[in-house]
Amino acid sequence: MLEFQLASRLGAFSLELGVEAPAGSVLVVVGESGSGKTTLLRLLAGLATPESGRIVVNGETWFSSERDVLLPARLREVGYVAQDHALFPHLTAAQNVAFGLEAQGVPARETTTRVRAALERLGVAELAARRPLELSGGQQQRVALARALVLEPRLLLLDEPLSALDVQARREIRGELRRLLASLSCVTVYVTHQPAEALLFGDTIAVLEAGRVSQCGTRDDLMLRPRSAFAAEFLGVNLLRGTVTGRAANGLAHVSTSGGEVLVPYAEDSGEVTVIVHPRQITLSLERPAGSAQNVFAGDIEELLPEPPDGSRIRVSLASHPPLVAEVTRESAEAMGLVPGRRVHASFKAAGLTIQ
Amino acid sequence: MSRSRSSSARGVATGLLVRAITAVAVLLMFVLLATPFLALVLRASPSRLVSRLGDPAVLEALRLSLLTSAIATAIVVAIGAPVAYLFATRDWPGKRPLEVLVDLPMVLPPTVAGFALLMAFGRAGLAGQALGAFGITLPFTTAAVVVAQVFMALPFFVGPVRAGIASVDRRFVEAAVTLGASEPRTFFRVILPLARRSVIAGAAMSCARSLGEFGATITFAGNLPGTTQTMPLAVYLSLQTDLEAAVVLSVLLLLMSFGLLLGLRSAPAGWFWNRARVPAR
Repeated sequence: MLEFQLASRLGAFSLELGVEAPAGSVLVVVGESGSGKTTLLRLLAGLATPESGRIVVNGETWFSSERDVLLPARLREVGYVAQDHALFPHLTAAQNVAFGLEAQGVPARETTTRVRAALERLGVAELAARRPLELSGGQQQRVALARALVLEPRLLLLDEPLSALDVQARREIRGELRRLLASLSCVTVYVTHQPAEALLFGDTIAVLEAGRVSQCGTRDDLMLRPRSAFAAEFLGVNLLRGTVTGRAANGLAHVSTSGGEVLVPYAEDSGEVTVIVHPRQITLSLERPAGSAQNVFAGDIEELLPEPPDGSRIRVSLASHPPLVAEVTRESAEAMGLVPGRRVHASFKAAGLTIQ
Repeated sequence: MSRSRSSSARGVATGLLVRAITAVAVLLMFVLLATPFLALVLRASPSRLVSRLGDPAVLEALRLSLLTSAIATAIVVAIGAPVAYLFATRDWPGKRPLEVLVDLPMVLPPTVAGFALLMAFGRAGLAGQALGAFGITLPFTTAAVVVAQVFMALPFFVGPVRAGIASVDRRFVEAAVTLGASEPRTFFRVILPLARRSVIAGAAMSCARSLGEFGATITFAGNLPGTTQTMPLAVYLSLQTDLEAAVVLSVLLLLMSFGLLLGLRSAPAGWFWNRARVPAR
C-alpha cells in the first residue's frame, strides 16, 4: 500500500500531487517529458526532499512534513531502477545484484543463494560473471531489476523501463515484465511517456501534466471519462486483449477476445496480443454496415460524454462485448439521434490498428 | 574570383607560418628538456654505472629513498583520499582557503616549506614542544624525511583524485544509496573503484615527487648519511666530492622517475579495473 501527497519546487517548476495505490498493484504515472515523472521517483526514493507532504508505505511513514519525519534514502526499502539502469560498471552482474545484500550485512552464503535465485528469476543466470558493458540493453535491464528485487523492496520504482531498449528487446521484455510485476506483493510505481505502456501495465494510471495529476484512475475510468485533451488523445483508447487463433483468407490474423473475434494485421501465428483501437477509428451506424469494415460489434449506448476541451466531439460508450468507446462529432451524433439505450453497430477496419 | 584566390593564397601562407612556428617551438622544447638528460646519460658509461651501483654510499641512499618514498606515498593516499573526497563532495564556508592551503606546497620554495616544518616541529617549535613532552623529536630523523615528502607530495595526489571523484557519475552513487549502502561503503566500493585511474595517477605522481624531494628534506631533516640522506641529497653532496657517484645517482633517479611516469601513461585502460578486461566504450 502506497500513499503519498507531495509538493516540491525546483526553480520555476513545481510538482504537486497525491496518489494512493493498493498493495501489489502497479501505479503508472504517464506524462510527457518534463512533466515531473523522474522528480517524483526521486522524491519517493529519498534522493530528493519535498517541501511538504507525506509518503506512507505499508503504514510506515517515510516522510511527513507535518510530523517532521524524513527517512534517509538508504533506509527506505525501495528498489529503484533508473532509466539507464545505473549498473556499477566495475562489478559483474552477480556482484551488482549482491551489492545491496552485502550492504545489509546478509551472510555470504545466503547472499550467493539469493543472488542466483534473483538472476534466475529474471532469466539471466548465465550472465552472472559478465560486466555491464558486456551486456545488451535488455540484459542490463534484467540485471538491474534483479538487483532491485533481490532486496524484496516495499516499493519498486521503475523509470521508463522500456525506453532504453530497442524494439526487439522491448517486445521480448514487455510480456515478461507484466507477469513479473503482477507477481510482486509490493507497490510498483512505473513512470513512462508512452500511453500504450500505461494502458498495458497500469492498475492505476495517473496522468501527469506540468507537475500536476490531471487525472488518476483505472484504465476504464480514463477510457470512458478522460478529463484532459492528453488523456483523451492517448489514454482514452479501446484495448482488446486476446490470443491469435488463426489466419483469414485475406492474410489477417484471427484474434479471439473475451467478446468475440477480431481481425487484425499481425504477422505471427500465435501468442497473446493487445489491440489498440482509437475511438476515432470506430464508425457508428444504426444498421449493420455492409462496407469494408472487418470488425463489427453491436451494443446499446450507455453514455454520451462531451470530450475536453470544447465538447465538439462526443465520446460514446457502448455496452457491447467487449465494451467499446467511440468518438463522433456532435453534429453526427445529433444527426443519427444517438441517445443512451439506443442500439448501434460499431465497426472498425483492421488496417491502421495498433497491435502490441 | 581574384579576391578569393588571393585570400586562399594568404591562407596557405598563414598555414605555413603556423607550421614553422610550431616546429621551432617543439624543437626548442626538446632541446631544453632532452639535452640535460641526454648529457647526463652520455656521461655515464654503462659498465661504470653497473659497477658503481654496488657502492655502499649509493646503495644506502637508494634504500633510504625507496623506503621513505614508499611510506610517504602510503600516507599521502591514506590522508589525501578523504580530503579529496570532502573537497569533491562537500561545500562549507572557508573551503577556499583550505583548498589553497593544500595546493600551497606545489608553488612554495621547498626550502621555505622545510623551514616552516622546522618552525612547527623543531625542538622549540609550535608542535615540537608538545611532541617533545612525549619524548618524540622529529627533526633530523628518517621520520622527518617522510614528513617533508608527504608535505610536498600531498597536492600532487589531492588534485587529480579530487577531479576523479567529482567526475564519478552521480547515478552510481545514488544507486548505491538506494541499495542501502552507507557513505563509507559507497566510497570504498563504488567511488574509489570508479575513480581508480586518478587514484593510481595521483599516487604515482606523489611517489615521483617524494623521490625527487630535496629542499624541504635538507632543511627539515638534514643530510645524515643512512638516516636522512636520500638520493637527491646524495647527488648534491657528491657533486663536490665524487662526480661519478653524482652521475650514477642522477641517472638512477632519472630512470626511476621516467619509468614511473611512462608506466603510468602506457598502462592499458583495463589494468585499472579489477580482474577482467573491459572492452573499450
